[in-house]
Amino acid sequence: MISLSYFLVFAAALFSIGLYGVLARKNAVAILMGIELMLNAVNINLIAFWRFRTPEWIAGQAFALMVFAVAAAEVAVGLALVISIYRRRNTVAADEIDLLKW
Amino acid sequence: MTAVQIIFLLTAAVSLGAAIMVVTTRNLVHAALYLILTLFGVAVLFVLLNAGFFAVVQVVIYIGAISILMIFAIMLTRRVMQDIGPATNPGWWLSAILSVVLFGGLTWMLSSWSGFTTPLPAMPPGIEPLEQLGQALVSPQYYVLPFELASVLLLAALIGAITIAWEGR
Repeated sequence: MISLSYFLVFAAALFSIGLYGVLARKNAVAILMGIELMLNAVNINLIAFWRFRTPEWIAGQAFALMVFAVAAAEVAVGLALVISIYRRRNTVAADEIDLLKW
Repeated sequence: MTAVQIIFLLTAAVSLGAAIMVVTTRNLVHAALYLILTLFGVAVLFVLLNAGFFAVVQVVIYIGAISILMIFAIMLTRRVMQDIGPATNPGWWLSAILSVVLFGGLTWMLSSWSGFTTPLPAMPPGIEPLEQLGQALVSPQYYVLPFELASVLLLAALIGAITIAWEGR
């Protein structure tokens, strides 16, 4: 029988992979992809906890829906920033975007 | 091993393999396609969790909108995509160690929790999750405020994205 541990370990692995992508990648779009992986891991956790612990309450699903909305907003603004920076500075490498460095 | 377990393990293996390709492959278009594969795997897991609505939302929003937006952004910034420099920061091994430690720590912490191996409970009879979710989202006792705030956030993000990416300045 499938148990909660399967989903939690899978989500932990997906989150760690996403974290590696965010920390290690140079390209700003690749960093956003890592953030998407992490948000997906969170969603799996929320839905899994809803299904395994409190299937009679809907709170877990409502939370997951909010995460979806925030993820969509985040990626829209993030990609607009990347395109704007690319237009002005001709780069999307995160370590070359240092306008705010003193 | 039950059929559900086999489906889970296959999906998890494919998703995690694709996720590793997302963060390691040099070509960003390939990374975006692997990201789509990972998101499909997550949608399958939502189906296994009796959350069919979220599987559909996952396909429509993540695969249909976000991944396509990513591919557009990659193509618009195409010239620097084929750069000859390294795709990762100099300290990538530190990030790898941190990720492995985080995964180990999370797994260890969760496995010491008594509810870690909760078996799958049967769905309570007479409860339709989708109907319940729809009513909870517009009910003043439940989540109508977060729901409306989410729509304001999406509107703000929409206007913000247009303003930031506007060319005529």
